[in-house]
Amino acid sequence: MIAGALIAAGILFYLAGSIGLLRLPDIYCRLHALTKADNLGLGLLVAGLVLLTDDLAVALKLVLIWLLVLAASAAGAHLIAGQARRGEDP
Amino acid sequence: MTGFLAWAALALMLSLLLGLIRVLRGPSAADRLMAAQLLGTTGVGLLLLLAPVLGSAALIDVALVLALLAVVAVAALTGREVPGGQDLD
Amino acid sequence: MDGPALILLDGLLILVLLGLAWATLESRDPRRGVVLFIAFGLVLALVWARLAAPDVALAEAAIGAGLSGALLLAALRDEPKPEPGPEPEPATPAKRRLPGLTSWALGLLCLGLGLVVAWAFVDALAGAGPERLAGQVLARIGESGVSNPVTAVLLNFRGYDTLLELAVLLAALLGILALGPERGGYAPAGPVLAGLAGWLIPGLIITGGYLLWVGAHAPGGAFQAGAILAAAAVIRRLTGDRAAGLPRGLALRVLSLAGVAVFLGVGLALLVAGRPFLGFPPAWAGTLILVIESAATLAIGAILALAFIGGRPAAWDNPRQGRALNPTRVHNHP
Repeated sequence: MIAGALIAAGILFYLAGSIGLLRLPDIYCRLHALTKADNLGLGLLVAGLVLLTDDLAVALKLVLIWLLVLAASAAGAHLIAGQARRGEDP
Repeated sequence: MTGFLAWAALALMLSLLLGLIRVLRGPSAADRLMAAQLLGTTGVGLLLLLAPVLGSAALIDVALVLALLAVVAVAALTGREVPGGQDLD
Repeated sequence: MDGPALILLDGLLILVLLGLAWATLESRDPRRGVVLFIAFGLVLALVWARLAAPDVALAEAAIGAGLSGALLLAALRDEPKPEPGPEPEPATPAKRRLPGLTSWALGLLCLGLGLVVAWAFVDALAGAGPERLAGQVLARIGESGVSNPVTAVLLNFRGYDTLLELAVLLAALLGILALGPERGGYAPAGPVLAGLAGWLIPGLIITGGYLLWVGAHAPGGAFQAGAILAAAAVIRRLTGDRAAGLPRGLALRVLSLAGVAVFLGVGLALLVAGRPFLGFPPAWAGTLILVIESAATLAIGAILALAFIGGRPAAWDNPRQGRALNPTRVHNHP
């Protein structure tokens, strides 16, 4: 089913994100890996789950969560990178 | 379908384990913070998958709360602190 | 019987939970420990979800994964720096070893507790159906005024316990106020944090209100909603607002007292009306529970926010002081 394929693809991006976080050499490279998981991984996952549900409220909630994570992790990644760039070691 | 979703949840759990390695190793604080953020997103995905598997729609609410609070935690950990307290007379 | 995937998931969750707990405790760097603790809270929320306890998972996600990290970090602030000059005589070595006797006593105590818990677990598994607490609650949930059994137990059947929990929070607040003036503030927010706060704070407030409302018939409730409101105050303080969006002076004191005051007030009013203390009449129970939970949400949010502020805020005594910096002023860098 399409939903299954979407969810599987989403999981792949999550795994890619984690592996990237482990293997890439530098903080700023790792940030790239991180955001791929957030955007595409969760996005594909949500797309698949939306297809599986027949409740409109649930579908809307799922999309809302994805948009929220998009905005939040973009801001979060920026804050983390900013702190790293300033050279603070908290 | 829930069988497939359960395996998907297991795969996400493995992804979480990989992220945990980065949290444990560091070496810098930024690495740990990034890993923590990835753990948060992975947790959101896990909860969204577990909701149909366990038949609990409330887990979607838990995912929502987790997504919100994860960014609050990151913001708190990257806050630029100004030293000193207020002068009270 | 759960499928193999879920069993493997459970196994991994247990291992990760224990491993993270160990790693958090034995971490030398406190800030590393805080991040590990946040990860621990996240995994614990997953465990609660897996155990079909969404109410607790909500609370753990809000308090354990989010707020506790911020609180621990605030506690690490303003650590006194060692003074330069000749080294004073160290009174005790830096990592003091426990005497052998204490270690043995603690070990035996933990073993004893573990055995008690294991016995309780086995006993619960073998227990007869109708005598289980959940069965009794579900049998009488019609009189409780709500349809979420967790809320029914918290706010009605065992309301007295919840009243005392709110009183404990109040006592903790008194302790925090006694710590001295508030901890240091934060630099005014840059564009990213200000933009984030612009939608996150209203979003958190709305989510808090949603959880409070939905708690009557679905997982949610006052503690979760209050923790989310506190998170909104934390973000506000992180943007440079020293008052964290809280009211000042008398209004702040009233807000902190609201949970215990309203709960107690309702109980006493019922006494005056001839019913037992906190004995809600079934027709009014739903409304009374909502009123109590609303007051409790606001109070819990205020108290947790004050915990993050970490001391007596300037706004507590003097309504004029503690005026907020403009948190949305964007610093344009050339």
